[in-house]
Amino acid sequence: MSTQVSSSTPSETVEDPGLSPVLTNSKLPKLDKAPQRPLGSAKKRYKIGNIIVGLVLTLGSVIMIGPLLWTVSTSLKTQQGVFDLPPQWIPDPFVWENYIRVWTAGPLLSGIKNSLIVACSVTIVGTVFSALAAFAFAKLRVPWRNGFFLLLLSGLMIPFPTLMIPQFIMFSNWGWVDTLLPLIVPGLFGNIMMIFFLRQYLSSVPDSMLEAAKIDGAGYLRTFSTMIVPLIKPAIAAQFILWFMAIWNDYLAPIIYLNSPEKQTLQLVIATFNAQYAIQTDYPLIMTASVIALVPVLAIFLIFQRQIIESIALTGSKG
Amino acid sequence: MAATDVATPPTQAPGNVRKKSKLHSHERKVGLAFIAVPVIGFLVFTLYPLGFSIYTSLTSWNGIGPMNFVGIDNYIKLINDPYFHKAMWNTLYLMIGIPIGLVISLLLALAMNRKMRGTTVFRTIYYIPVVSSLAAIAIMWQWAYNGDFGLVNQVLDLVGIDGPNWLQNTATVKPAIIIMSVWKGVGYSMLLYLAAIQSVPASLYEAASLDGANAFQKFKAITLPMVRPVTFFLVVTNIIGGAQVFIEVNIMTPTGGPEFSSATIVWYIWQKAFDNLQMGYATAMSIVLGLLVFIVTAIQFRVNSKNSFSVE
Repeated sequence: MSTQVSSSTPSETVEDPGLSPVLTNSKLPKLDKAPQRPLGSAKKRYKIGNIIVGLVLTLGSVIMIGPLLWTVSTSLKTQQGVFDLPPQWIPDPFVWENYIRVWTAGPLLSGIKNSLIVACSVTIVGTVFSALAAFAFAKLRVPWRNGFFLLLLSGLMIPFPTLMIPQFIMFSNWGWVDTLLPLIVPGLFGNIMMIFFLRQYLSSVPDSMLEAAKIDGAGYLRTFSTMIVPLIKPAIAAQFILWFMAIWNDYLAPIIYLNSPEKQTLQLVIATFNAQYAIQTDYPLIMTASVIALVPVLAIFLIFQRQIIESIALTGSKG
Repeated sequence: MAATDVATPPTQAPGNVRKKSKLHSHERKVGLAFIAVPVIGFLVFTLYPLGFSIYTSLTSWNGIGPMNFVGIDNYIKLINDPYFHKAMWNTLYLMIGIPIGLVISLLLALAMNRKMRGTTVFRTIYYIPVVSSLAAIAIMWQWAYNGDFGLVNQVLDLVGIDGPNWLQNTATVKPAIIIMSVWKGVGYSMLLYLAAIQSVPASLYEAASLDGANAFQKFKAITLPMVRPVTFFLVVTNIIGGAQVFIEVNIMTPTGGPEFSSATIVWYIWQKAFDNLQMGYATAMSIVLGLLVFIVTAIQFRVNSKNSFSVE
């Protein structure tokens, strides 16, 4: 049931000539189906159930966003205000200044820049190569196609911690330690999960469409860009967002490779903030940095909610 | 299809060409080129490191000097290393959060499957911790667990409970991390459960209603079996993820917790490799971890291939 109207009055009271017939039509068969039961009481019971469930879910929501709100609240307190008893639930006074001094208190800006460089370059280039590979795996005659596909899938079975030490040795031999390259280069070659899902998605595209394109004399790259990409755009977008967020939030790989403060990605910068300013008990500043690290991803999530949620649901059913 | 496909018999899907026909040689080249990129990436950044890893695990090495071949000494060492045992135990202990999280998420999914207003808003709220960065979340909870001014104890204080200093106490540090992980993860599992519940055909419930089944019977006989694939998927992915817990431990308890009580296996590997520079020993532990994860994943693939997924 759509909840677009949740903020307004119940839809029954809305005078909408276009909508009301639809509503009554959709309601009628349901009323017909349970003729034995006293309708009113079942409906009433369901409504009471909804109220109880609603209350429980509301309480749960407080638990889910309470810590986040507390973080925001702490980020606006004075250093002493954090320790006040009884606790200040609402900062008194509001110290907006924390959001100004945080930028000079550590390499937050370069952290954002580095995270953007890594996440954007990997996802943009990697998505192109993943989609091309998915296209080949799903639709083209490739020698040992299934063998190659299984080989790639086997990569999913190997956890990163098993590879991190030899990868570190390899990259340090190449002189890549303390640069962003170890975080960027492996991702440019594509993402196995993405190849897997796009391939699944592509298998629903009829082969006859491709044969038609071939007969029309279109090259494979042209077929890919003018026919395949538009067809699988929603799947690409969803996978792209998920991947972007995963890289943005990555911590283990950056902590291994990056030492200099100005080379660190955002997640490392806030972790360093955390260690550094805890000694000076400047907790509001730590919280400010954390809020700033959280906001971009939350914004992306709220904007692309629908795509993200749908693709997650798809992951589960296909995985 | 038969009309357009000249080279292969109509029953054969493209790609299964046995005879190498000239007609498709261009297509084969292009296809190979397209899959070459991820395959090369796999060989360079996964397969080669894996091989190197296996060899390193048989050596004593500080990462820079000569590698001394020591056979399976590292593996014997880890069998007798109490810290390794402790780290393994801690990692397993933290997995208690998996069943707790699944039960809560299934209940949430059932609640959100009701015909009521506001469910999309709830869904968004419960999903917010999932997309949040784990580093930021761990920092946030680290201070929320603080004994003096943390949110958790402030709330407990409201109901008259004097909370402990969660992360400094061997008895509470693991439960504290579990609570945080459940809090972060329920939104994801809930969403998968919700999708599964919504795909159950309504006719099943209608038939059960006609037979006089009550809500609990319907849940037990219809909903639970229908969401079993999702439960399985979640258990497996959570075990794989749970075996690799690192970030929250590294941030919330930088020294592995009081008396090593929150050090996980990946945390210990990381410490041995990059703090103590015992690359050989750390790699041996990482191989053991890799084997465990491999087994769990292989089981998942096997069960999945019996259900819906198949490579061809």
